[in-house]
Amino acid sequence: MRRLKDLIEHRLSRRSVLTGTAAAAMLVTAGAIAPVHADDVNTTGLAVTEDTVKVGILHSVTGTMAISETGSVQAEKLAIEQINAMGGVLGRKIEYIQEDGGSDWPTFAEKAKKLLVSDKVAAVFGCWTSASRKAVLPVFEQYNGMLYYPTFYEGLEQSPNVIYTGQEATQQILAGIDWVAKEKGAKSFYLLGSDYIWPRTSNKIARKHIEKLGMKVVGEEYYPLGHTQFNSVINKIKLKKPDVIYAIVVGGSNVAFYKQLKAAGIDMTKEKPVLLTISVTEDEIRGIGGENIEGAYAAMKYFQSLDNENNKEFVSAFKEMWGDEIVIGDVTQAAYLGPWLWKAAVEKAGSFDIDKVRLASPGIELTTAPEGYVRVHENHHLWSKTRIGLAKPDGQYELVYETADLMEPDPFPEGYQ
Amino acid sequence: MFADYSWTELGSIFAMQGFAGLILFSVFVLMALGLAIIFGQMGVINMAHGEFMILGAYVTYLCSNFVEAFVPALFGVYFFFAMILAFFVAGALGALVEWSLIRHLYRRPLDTLLATWGLSLILQQAYRSIFGAREVGVTLPDWLLGSVPLTDIIEIPINGIFVMVLTLVIAISVYFLMFRSRTGMQSRAVVQNRVMAGAVGINTEKVDRMTFALGCGIAGVAGSAFTMIGSTGPTAGQLYIVDTFLIVVFGGAASLLGTIASSFAISQAQSTMEFFLSGSMAKVLTLLTVVGILMLRPEGLFSAKIRR
Repeated sequence: MRRLKDLIEHRLSRRSVLTGTAAAAMLVTAGAIAPVHADDVNTTGLAVTEDTVKVGILHSVTGTMAISETGSVQAEKLAIEQINAMGGVLGRKIEYIQEDGGSDWPTFAEKAKKLLVSDKVAAVFGCWTSASRKAVLPVFEQYNGMLYYPTFYEGLEQSPNVIYTGQEATQQILAGIDWVAKEKGAKSFYLLGSDYIWPRTSNKIARKHIEKLGMKVVGEEYYPLGHTQFNSVINKIKLKKPDVIYAIVVGGSNVAFYKQLKAAGIDMTKEKPVLLTISVTEDEIRGIGGENIEGAYAAMKYFQSLDNENNKEFVSAFKEMWGDEIVIGDVTQAAYLGPWLWKAAVEKAGSFDIDKVRLASPGIELTTAPEGYVRVHENHHLWSKTRIGLAKPDGQYELVYETADLMEPDPFPEGYQ
Repeated sequence: MFADYSWTELGSIFAMQGFAGLILFSVFVLMALGLAIIFGQMGVINMAHGEFMILGAYVTYLCSNFVEAFVPALFGVYFFFAMILAFFVAGALGALVEWSLIRHLYRRPLDTLLATWGLSLILQQAYRSIFGAREVGVTLPDWLLGSVPLTDIIEIPINGIFVMVLTLVIAISVYFLMFRSRTGMQSRAVVQNRVMAGAVGINTEKVDRMTFALGCGIAGVAGSAFTMIGSTGPTAGQLYIVDTFLIVVFGGAASLLGTIASSFAISQAQSTMEFFLSGSMAKVLTLLTVVGILMLRPEGLFSAKIRR
């Protein structure tokens, strides 16, 4: 935390914009009523005019990651359209510039630089994989941009230039394991994942928590991304008879894993073993097929089936814009929060200046979020509830549990580094 | 690691593990056969092989939707029609590609590599534009899902048996086609001596086109069958391509028997090591072994003894 504060103060004094803070504070109220002169709300030369403000959308719409990132692009466009329909931000319509990261991490960095340096966008909504985020991070810190990052991820990161709208690992993992231990009487776990940073870090956190609660990990295993043959590991699972299969398989491997699990005679609806995943959203189920994953549990913060007014409006607006066939997963909802959180921070700061938006961000609340209520933590992550959903054959999750309180984001859990 | 288990448990698991190895073997043969035919008979490395497989998968997807909507009564057996259709659609596209692209590049084998790679990118983007970037779910008839329980622990996946039988049928058909039919004889003659084959009246262009179409058609069937075990998306073909090349190169480029032998060796090694080690480690060791053997035997396990 100290590091972050120092950085912020350093930036502020360096740019000597502190003199403008008093004026900016007055604009908080003025902004909503009448358009403020562009120079007053933008002292750093961002692409803000009297009636428009430019932002960037940076996702992969080509390449392997297009499967996952399409939903985020759609959500961000919907949020921007809705904000514009309400009169925009500080009286300015949002115009977006969309760039394609092409599932290639250096391309992400290049496009991020283009958005910040040439287009001078006031905020960027984008990235999906941790690899792409790590690639753009130095660019955002060097050119002082603001990134709204939607994916649930492994944590162990906190940048003054990123707002993390998805859950970090502890939020997603701890509540899920507590639940399965209490409700399903689980004693032993088999941890399984694709072989890269997110599943490995998540399983490390999971293992620590499992052992702290006095339960046992009977196996831990990783398969290369894109692996399509899971028969051997399924045999091992059958031999070890764990109470819970804790699966963090991603991408195309997911489809192969669940189809083969079912074909090997493991019927998840019998809950012997219980399957708990943190990587399968409704988006992934479309590829897997609802009948192949029926009976599995997922721990995340949002399900399309959530029964509240915000979500009903969100789902119907989303379907109206993108078609009835569409499904909405956890990350898509988190991506939808990005533009709204940015709008709230800009209006609180009364300015588009990145430094002021950053200072204004902690404490921002969103009562209209489809997932319910969220609040930005000092550490730039969101307070959110964690929920458990039961996979249904129609490809939707049925909510079976949600934490009573908001989970505090803790990107640097003790002893996990 | 096995001290805690009873003999029956261990026996059952090893039986199932053996079966898992056999399924992997069938999958590998099915993947590699089409590529091996094209590579072995024509010397063309088809980088778009995976995309031809996914074409078969998409054909299956369209069939399942069509049958579900219009003739639900036939849903139980649509999969067979889908596979046959996948063979012809992928084969037809293969013939078209050979006619429009490959035949101009026969004298430049490295350029075929680039051309087919470009083709694979074009096909991926075409799938993305037509079917969307997301994976599609192929609905399968119920009898293909699930497993046959033999004992309490031993359960045999039905789709595994299906893939094994299919591989056997296709391997035997290819054998008869290549070694027991007139077309096969002509095809082998062209491989051995293209000029001479032309001189004795074999239409080498037609043979090339048929061979390429056949390889692509088999890729289509493989893709159709893999909807049972894997994903169907624009880039899913890439998941298979590395293993496929590995098998063909390891087996010896010009030998179908070599392809089968190398599938067997790699699948058994992989599935045994996956059981005792972790998945990533198994892959690393498999690749290392293959690299080592290829350094000693650059022509692969089996090499056709032909005069060059």
